[in-house]
Amino acid sequence: MINNRRKFIKQSLLASLATSLGSNIVFGKNIPFGMELVGLSETTSSFPGKSELLSVLNDRPINIETPAHLLNDKLTPNDLFFVRNNGIPPVNIDPNKWSLEISGESAASNKTYSLNELKSNFENISYNITLECGGNGRKEFNPPAKGNQWTTGAVGCVKWTGVRLKDVLNDVGIKSDAVYIGYYGADSHLSGSPDKDAISRGVPIAKALEKESMIAWAMNDQDIPLLNGHPLRLVFGGYPASCSGKWLKKIVIRDQVHDGQKMKGSSYRTPCKPVAPGAKVNEEDMCIIENMPVKSLISYPKTGATINLDQQLPIAGHAWTSSKEITKMEYSIDFGMNWLACRLSKSDNKYAWQHFEAEVNFPEKGYYEVWARATDIDGNTQPMLLPGWNPKGYLNNACHRIAIKVL
Amino acid sequence: MDNRQFNTEPLWKMFMFIVNIFIAGVLLLFGYFVLEKPIQDYINQPSYSAEQLEEMTRNRAIQRSKERSENWDLVEKGIHLKTGLKADPNLQIVIGACTSCHSAKLITQNRATRSGWKNMIVWMQKTQGLGDLGYNEPIILDYLAKHYSPKEVGRRASLDPEAIEWYILNLDQ
Repeated sequence: MINNRRKFIKQSLLASLATSLGSNIVFGKNIPFGMELVGLSETTSSFPGKSELLSVLNDRPINIETPAHLLNDKLTPNDLFFVRNNGIPPVNIDPNKWSLEISGESAASNKTYSLNELKSNFENISYNITLECGGNGRKEFNPPAKGNQWTTGAVGCVKWTGVRLKDVLNDVGIKSDAVYIGYYGADSHLSGSPDKDAISRGVPIAKALEKESMIAWAMNDQDIPLLNGHPLRLVFGGYPASCSGKWLKKIVIRDQVHDGQKMKGSSYRTPCKPVAPGAKVNEEDMCIIENMPVKSLISYPKTGATINLDQQLPIAGHAWTSSKEITKMEYSIDFGMNWLACRLSKSDNKYAWQHFEAEVNFPEKGYYEVWARATDIDGNTQPMLLPGWNPKGYLNNACHRIAIKVL
Repeated sequence: MDNRQFNTEPLWKMFMFIVNIFIAGVLLLFGYFVLEKPIQDYINQPSYSAEQLEEMTRNRAIQRSKERSENWDLVEKGIHLKTGLKADPNLQIVIGACTSCHSAKLITQNRATRSGWKNMIVWMQKTQGLGDLGYNEPIILDYLAKHYSPKEVGRRASLDPEAIEWYILNLDQ
């Protein structure tokens, strides 16, 4: 900052002397190049229930992500939770008239529950569950993959309250030939066509029957924000968040892999066999993404921090995995030559992110990057480079890093 | 030495001395007029704290954003303000074909080769209800390949120190 200021004053003096008499010297002339771009990207649009500090990637459909330093809370506040919409959210929602239908080839009966019936007929449960978009980190893939260019912020962990999906499915009855469940929501396709679903995905029946798989109506003890699926949605930890259908109207128990919108083709799929970067992959060689990889995020401090050599830098963040828990969290300030341990909290429940902290000492003045790496109980860890390239840019769990200057 | 010369030289010197003083005076006066404002500006330059400076630049950026949104059908620095797309003689064809269904941000944030963009169009035609683009398709593909083609960054791009907003981290709390 001091340097910046000196530079600033120097520049304004030069500009003053160089400009002809009478012209106004405006500070604006000396705004460093790049400032405007930052200003532009900070242009905010208000979305209901969402902070203006979020980064807007797309406004039709609405896709907004959370900058890493705003994810520092143990549980992500509702207004900071990312939004990944595929279509247009429903309007004029009346929770008192909301109903959920359960049907499908492998459902033993067809049943429809009002929201109030769901709340009173089944055990109410709460879990802290991390949801992450399958395409989080897409921006870093090379060659680039099409779609929303998520950086690191399509993730959050909140307390979800609702009922177990398996309790509801068992109430309806699951035939022995059931292999998958699929969902339908009240959002509409971007084209406005009533014949098309915006998105209709699902999960294998075994995943649907996990005890943490739920139908939720509350996020952090409040109504779910409109853009996150109010008044009812599915929540599946450890799977791409696109499986966790929003504005939930219908669940189908299928005797085959669900074939709804964005289940087929290359959506939410990666090559069944590893491919070279940029390879052309036929649709029949693409497999549905199930478990998401182990990952972590440094949420404190914000990248770009400048400290003095005599100061210790506290760092903090979260780590999550689709396996049972994170068992090791490390950081490096020398690009992976040495990894040092972070303190790591216990998991609240499966799929809750765990928190880490450490105090970082820097040996001398200069430019540093703090890299973070999580390892889960199964020994899965994060690569420093990008993981396997895939045509749609899913599953980037490369180590997160922040830049630090020590003066 | 000649007597006449002896007598006139001091007079000549004195005359030159006065002329020099006069010229110096004029130069000084001229210099004053030219330099007064910059010098005053420099002297009066308030000493801003880092935070104030940051706020000023931020306000300026916000002001610019506002000006932009008020004039958002204009082109500035090669960018069409309303859509954020790069200006081009064929821009309106692209806007007409692409942004009736989705945000222009879906173009501006993506990078692909001509055949990569072609694949996206095919995908939208197959799955998203996009119709035949007819003779506009090569025009649109040329536009996209020209303005939104990928950059080579290797297996992982470096952080860009120039793009980072550096700040002093207050660790006293």
